[in-house]
Amino acid sequence: MRRLLNVRPDGGARLLLGLAPLIAIVLIYLLASTARHAANPSDKLLPTLAAMAEQMRIMAFQVDPQTGAIPLWQDTAASLRRLGLGLSIATATTLILGLLIGLLPLVRATLGPLISAIAVIPPIAVLPILFITFGLGETAKVVLIVVGVTPFMVRDLASHIGAIPEEQIVKAQTLGASTWQIALRVALPQAMPRLLECLRLSLGPAWVFLISAEAIASDVGLGYRIFLVRRYLAMDIILPYVAWTALLAVSFDMLLLTLSRRAYPWAHGRRAP
Amino acid sequence: MTALLAFDNVWLEYGERIVLEKVSLSVAQGAFVSIVGPSGAGKSTFLRLVLGQERPTRGAIRLDGAPLRSEPGRDRGVVFQRYSVFPHLTTLENVLFGLDCEGAAVSGRLWGAKRRAGLERARELLSAVGLSGSQDVYPAQLSGGMQQRVAIAQALITRPRILLLDEPFGALDPGVRLDMHDLITSLWREHQLTILMVTHDIREAFKLGTRVLAFDKRRHDPHAPHRYGSTAVYDVPLDRKAKAAPAAQELAAAYPELATPGR
Repeated sequence: MRRLLNVRPDGGARLLLGLAPLIAIVLIYLLASTARHAANPSDKLLPTLAAMAEQMRIMAFQVDPQTGAIPLWQDTAASLRRLGLGLSIATATTLILGLLIGLLPLVRATLGPLISAIAVIPPIAVLPILFITFGLGETAKVVLIVVGVTPFMVRDLASHIGAIPEEQIVKAQTLGASTWQIALRVALPQAMPRLLECLRLSLGPAWVFLISAEAIASDVGLGYRIFLVRRYLAMDIILPYVAWTALLAVSFDMLLLTLSRRAYPWAHGRRAP
Repeated sequence: MTALLAFDNVWLEYGERIVLEKVSLSVAQGAFVSIVGPSGAGKSTFLRLVLGQERPTRGAIRLDGAPLRSEPGRDRGVVFQRYSVFPHLTTLENVLFGLDCEGAAVSGRLWGAKRRAGLERARELLSAVGLSGSQDVYPAQLSGGMQQRVAIAQALITRPRILLLDEPFGALDPGVRLDMHDLITSLWREHQLTILMVTHDIREAFKLGTRVLAFDKRRHDPHAPHRYGSTAVYDVPLDRKAKAAPAAQELAAAYPELATPGR
């Protein structure tokens, strides 16, 4: 008998094992939902699949007469715009600050402590400040995402660049590279796969900040809708919305991973294209 | 024989601790100097001084008669035991890197005819180190010995005045190490290089070098071991070897174009 830790599932078995818990959760939900509906046909807590599908049909395909737009797509577009804008600003800032701090001891001495100090502030705690400063519009929500994820990303990227072996940096200098050339040809390419990795890890927190900001003050967005219909105990809308949000998050994660593998094969132990 | 590199009473101290003391020596053009000594005897520190990673506390270092710049530069090439090549560049791009930096200050990358000429030089050097078949792979796909070959070709493309090797073959298998000995010896002859090599292996030091320097402490105070530094306690010229390569020394002054590979 082989040791348990040496049993490795492959191919189909792995897929099956990965799907099993998901299927189990769906089955348990269906059983519980059926049982509750048998006792009380107007149960709102665990809506049936049919009820959720019907609500989603309305949300995804019917124009809301009040706003003149289809709610699901309007919410998705608004949320993704905020998320995209926030993460773009965060990523660009991270790349520039991370390179400067990781590569230049002068900048590290100047900005390192500041970034560390900012990183320990809970971003939600500054949300009131953002609302007061930027108003209740889009800016505050985007800024919350930026403030929430940037310090962590900058610290991670800077330490990754700082960990490039000194031998490589010295070697580049003996080959005549200037500070700029080392940043451009040695540090930047090695920072990129890590930046994408960092962005993937930041997607989770970014969604949290987005939904929080939308829940507190907004008139459109996935988080807004979920917290709006909460008042009517509309689990048949909340659950599909959460699933949709999860699907979006997983797709971005996979998109970023694929991008990193395509663009930086060396960082994933792959051959040159 | 002109002195290419000269140390004049060089001391290196870290606060209380003295690492190197009274190092005075000169290295002739075309020499292959092996540097040996026990661990912690300042061999690598000596190399770091030549590289410009450290600045002497006292004394002066001169390269070609001019004071040495205290930061690494094109005039001193280096091959470390590990991490000498860029993991994100293919073999050919690694070798081309030096020319990219020389020819493109802003973009860091050569274009057009210059790039084609550079690539030709890089390919020549790659075949000189026996790697013409592996130009489009990343270093991680190469064995340790092959990575060191890339690192050597990469260092040679800028035609450094002096090539520094920091235990370059220390991590390699014995068989591979012998191949690398043949390679570095033939490159030294063909390209009229001046080489400083730190090694742990005394046999390697005597086999390759035209001169062997041994670093150790000359004095020892058991109560304050850090107060005495190391210096070159033995300096053994290997004349037989020096005579074996007279052409290298004559030609070194002229510093001609890189010899065609495969000679």
